[in-house]
Amino acid sequence: MAEPLLAAFGVTKSFGPVEVLHGVDFTVQRGEVHALVGENGAGKSTLMKILSGFHQPTSGAVRVDGRPMSFSGIGTAEAAGVVLIHQEFNLAEHLTVEENIFLGRELRRGPFLNKRAMRERSLAVLAELECPVDPRARVRDLAVSERQMVEIAKAMSREVRVLIMDEPTAVLTGTESAVLFGLIRRLRDQGVGIVYTSHKLDEVRAITDRVTVLRDGHHIATRPTAELTEDGIAQLMVGRAISDLFPAKTPPAPDAPVVLEALGIDVPGWVRGAGFDLRRGEILGFAGLIGAGRTELAEGLLGLRRRTAGTLSRNGEPLRVRRLEDAVAAGIAYLTEDRKGKGLLLAKGLQPNLTLLALDRYGRVFVDERREAAALERAVTEFDIRVRTLDVPVGSLSGGNQQKLLLAKTMQVDPEILIVDEPTRGIDIGTKQQIYRFLHEFARRGGSVILISSEMPEIIGLSHRVVVMRSGVVTGILEGDEVEEGEIVRYATGLKGRTVDGLKGFTSKGDAHDAVGHA
Amino acid sequence: MTPSVMPEAARKPSSGFDLKLYGPFLALAALIVLGTIVNPVFLSPGNIGNVLTRTAFIGIIAVGATFVITAGGIDLSVGSLAAFASGVMIVVMNALVGSMGAGLPVILVGVLVALGLGLAAGLVNGLLVTKGRMEAFIVTLGTMGIFRSLVTYIADGGTLSLNSEIRTIYRPVYYGGVFGISYPILAFAVVALIGALIMYRTRFGRYCAAIGSSEDVARYSAINVDRVKLLAFVLQGICVAIAVVIYVPRLGSASATTGLLWELEAIAAVIIGGTMLKGGYGRIWGTVVGAVMLTLIDNILNLTGAISVYLNGTIQGVIIIVAVLLQRGTAARR
Repeated sequence: MAEPLLAAFGVTKSFGPVEVLHGVDFTVQRGEVHALVGENGAGKSTLMKILSGFHQPTSGAVRVDGRPMSFSGIGTAEAAGVVLIHQEFNLAEHLTVEENIFLGRELRRGPFLNKRAMRERSLAVLAELECPVDPRARVRDLAVSERQMVEIAKAMSREVRVLIMDEPTAVLTGTESAVLFGLIRRLRDQGVGIVYTSHKLDEVRAITDRVTVLRDGHHIATRPTAELTEDGIAQLMVGRAISDLFPAKTPPAPDAPVVLEALGIDVPGWVRGAGFDLRRGEILGFAGLIGAGRTELAEGLLGLRRRTAGTLSRNGEPLRVRRLEDAVAAGIAYLTEDRKGKGLLLAKGLQPNLTLLALDRYGRVFVDERREAAALERAVTEFDIRVRTLDVPVGSLSGGNQQKLLLAKTMQVDPEILIVDEPTRGIDIGTKQQIYRFLHEFARRGGSVILISSEMPEIIGLSHRVVVMRSGVVTGILEGDEVEEGEIVRYATGLKGRTVDGLKGFTSKGDAHDAVGHA
Repeated sequence: MTPSVMPEAARKPSSGFDLKLYGPFLALAALIVLGTIVNPVFLSPGNIGNVLTRTAFIGIIAVGATFVITAGGIDLSVGSLAAFASGVMIVVMNALVGSMGAGLPVILVGVLVALGLGLAAGLVNGLLVTKGRMEAFIVTLGTMGIFRSLVTYIADGGTLSLNSEIRTIYRPVYYGGVFGISYPILAFAVVALIGALIMYRTRFGRYCAAIGSSEDVARYSAINVDRVKLLAFVLQGICVAIAVVIYVPRLGSASATTGLLWELEAIAAVIIGGTMLKGGYGRIWGTVVGAVMLTLIDNILNLTGAISVYLNGTIQGVIIIVAVLLQRGTAARR
């Protein structure tokens, strides 16, 4: 085999006394897409950071073109042509797209910035990505998926020989992902080596040439992708057969009462006249494209966003929700999709995070820290949160453990209605299964769940009924046999269901998004 | 959720020395050792009492500032507010002597006026920051100028002096004490104790840190962010008022230069104490130590004579920078 572009031999990494990678080998050939998969906490991120020069391995070697990589600083790996695209964006929010693309290596003419050249190069690379973003737009005004594209454009605009992508499609729509895959294939044909991580195994199957599986910091297998099925990859990741990802549905009783009803909800710029009802023991799915207004509807209901019209009733009684506190008092809890930005205090420990939502239940005047500690012990067991010690900052936990902690935090208020928004975003299949079981159990015991998700299998596998939204409007509520992928997509894309023509002149970020998704 | 695998490792607190937590106390100890070496008088009860009494104003204000800063805000108006409240308090007491006679009731009214002003100023700052959706820095930069100019206007550019009879009655509040401990020290201790209880043991303290860490997370945790921030500014205003109540009997006057730069000294005390300027992490006892250290430096320089007292500011500046550098170091290792 030819000399690999990038190779790691017996790489070990320890943080303090804890070894998180145990002698891992990994190579990327010229013109190869190499998938790196594993559960959260398997060591993927650490390995990627070592490959891209951010972390120095404790032992073992990394070679670029057969030469040892120097770890003298962040820039050195990039100078060798190894570029990492972070899952958490590394963009300066207040700068424009083009300023971000050239940040740190601005083109100059003499002592001055060559703005025209940078604009042209930015336009060219954005066009190649089929990304209709204005290079002069400020990054803070962009949607999450557009930011991801800018991050990719930034990597593309330099001489890249190895591109390392950390879950690039987690926030992209189907169409955007397809554009990205086209680009990945073109780069591969040009001889670029690509390291690709994703929890979406269908993507891994579709676009990668080889798969390396990590589990608990160990190298488990490296095989040609063609030899593996999705199920086979999942089994290697988890180390056991994945049986029944979704528990068998338990429909709510035929006479189950309506616990929450929403009518004519308007959230300016996002949602128009949305309504639905939720019954006891029911899991109500909310499907739609990114930007369809599902999150905004939920946040409007909960007092987290301004709502201009609409009524709510809880168990048949009118319910006024002006702030999130009112919703919590009415037994409604919300799990945000943005666990790092809105869900958890990353610099704080597990205990203050767990009890933050329900702190008034831990003592009248003074907070009873002993009861908090006891609650944390219980939550760690009940939600299977895996941590080395309980006093680490939450930011150091893996995504799956953070998500389980966030769920535990949400459950601290003993809700009867649970609104979960993308509850399994960016987490591994084992943790997903645990969360599915939890939601199923919660509903079976008489709770009600609103499940907002962009993952179709999740919506179909868990929901008793599905509300489909498009451009801020509820286009249909599906039940029984209608709950299947084709039908949901038809409603979500406007082929079927309530028309959204009534929204003329109703321009919103949601519409803009949609347009991107369909371009 | 049924655990598929039990958490493996033992859950014990990680050991290791937390510089951020103990750094200020070590620095204070070092200063005390240095002071003792320089001049044995340093450790005499008289000198220590003197240092602590003079620390009380800044210390009490800094305890309030700890809450504002922990919640991600800043209050630049405290020094001007102290001057303004002192001025108004003196004017009101002087005016009442005629009708009420010089006595305790007049002083009580004066104290109530100061507390009322502190509370009102805190409300104004807090409401502008929360309801006005403005940066705390800008709001308090504005009110700082307003309060400073108001006291100058009331004093007509000169000095407001307290009626001498009232002054005689009021004087012991600064110069007196019980069991050899002066009232300012007692007030400082009580304010610090209450501050520590609020910061470490109540929901409010926890919420301040949460808001300073991430306002979004706080909002999504059903915390009334505006109310908590408003309360932090009100607390700061009341702390300033308490400082004023023990400051006025010291000199019995107020002028345009009263409380000048106190806001920066208070912020310096908070930062030296290990509270993070960007919010999210507050240390009341650290603040107390920070305030004491600032006065100690001055005191030690006075006692040595080896280094000019005029270099006091240089040494304070160096200590602030070193304190923050040390915080950076520990933060980076996390």
